[in-house]
Amino acid sequence: MQRSKLDVLVGLFVLIGAAAILFLALKAANLLTLNFQSSYNVTARFDNIGGLKRQAAVKSAGVVVGRVDSVTFDDKTYQATVTLALQSSYKFPKDSSLKILTSGLLGEQYIGIEAGSGADNLVAGDRIQSTQSAVVLENLISQFLYNKAAEPTPAQGNK
Amino acid sequence: MKFLENLGFGLRSYLAGLGLGARLFVRLVLLGRVTMRRFSLVRDQIHFLGNYSLAIIAVSGLFVGFVLSLQGYYTLQRYGSADALGLLVALSLVRELGPVVSALLFAGRAGTSLTAEIGLMKAGEQLSAMDMMAVDPIKRILAPRFWAGVITLPLLSAVFSAVGVVGGWMVGVLLIGVDEGSFWSQMQGGVDVWSDVGNGVIKSVVFGITVTFVALLQGYEAQPTPEGVSRATTRTVVVASLAVLALDFVLTAMMFSI
Repeated sequence: MQRSKLDVLVGLFVLIGAAAILFLALKAANLLTLNFQSSYNVTARFDNIGGLKRQAAVKSAGVVVGRVDSVTFDDKTYQATVTLALQSSYKFPKDSSLKILTSGLLGEQYIGIEAGSGADNLVAGDRIQSTQSAVVLENLISQFLYNKAAEPTPAQGNK
Repeated sequence: MKFLENLGFGLRSYLAGLGLGARLFVRLVLLGRVTMRRFSLVRDQIHFLGNYSLAIIAVSGLFVGFVLSLQGYYTLQRYGSADALGLLVALSLVRELGPVVSALLFAGRAGTSLTAEIGLMKAGEQLSAMDMMAVDPIKRILAPRFWAGVITLPLLSAVFSAVGVVGGWMVGVLLIGVDEGSFWSQMQGGVDVWSDVGNGVIKSVVFGITVTFVALLQGYEAQPTPEGVSRATTRTVVVASLAVLALDFVLTAMMFSI
């Protein structure tokens, strides 16, 4: 009787430990949203990817439809080559366009994909032609300051 | 001349201790299959090491989660990013505090009792008596304890992390009033199953091996006197804690720098 009671207690302990690992995997790391679905890779070239990283989301209309698979530098064109893994269940026309966006003002960057109107869909290995680079805050600020300096001040105009 | 003799003796006994430790470790690892076949011995030890440590691990985890949440909120709200509190709590617990703090607690709670038990068995000449009866004390006494410790610590540190996350949620969401949705969604967006949770589990397996082995070695090597056992118990805590912290640095550098 004593033996089987010990078995129950040890079983309970192992169960609690397994439940804790499961809780961490499901609730903290959200294993459920990991896509074990098949995906297809398409590439795109960007002049500037800003702070885009591997595993960044690819969103269409705000819904995650894929992930960034890899980011490499192409020393022939001096552009960044980004490989996207799009979920097989989602199809996009060949003339879709990509934009690097930021969630919130200082949030992390992701790729927005806007569907085109072509009849053919993207297949694995395709290259998306129409891309728009990330907005680099420093360039924006320097452009703004440059414009400010260029325009005549109102005080001088009145004299 | 006397000095050289002392130096030589010290070096020799140090090397002998190292050799004994290495031999014991290899034997314990090789005995894994045999030990698992007599699982009732391992089960008794899991009960002793695991079930009795569960309370201290869970309570410590809860309070570490509380404190992390309070301190994290204090820092994060300066940058207006209190929403990332869940991410901060979960990442610190899963990657670092869960494995390390539970290994330190395990060394204090379970490692010392292992050392004292084996040291007293040695002092009472029970180990020699077993040898006389052709029962291998390493196989019968040390191996089940070793494998029980290796199984138990990862489970304990998972419990520590999970309870800590819940504790962080209690303070962060219920007490301070961080938005519950962003607490969980930031956490789920930033914690990766393999590179964060998985590596945390790997760390705790390594710590389980380290702490249990140090405790067993200290007990096995203890001077068979009351004083010797008490010294061995102290050494268990010191050596195991330092080994855990040093190994933690090495493991972290290896895992997360890639």
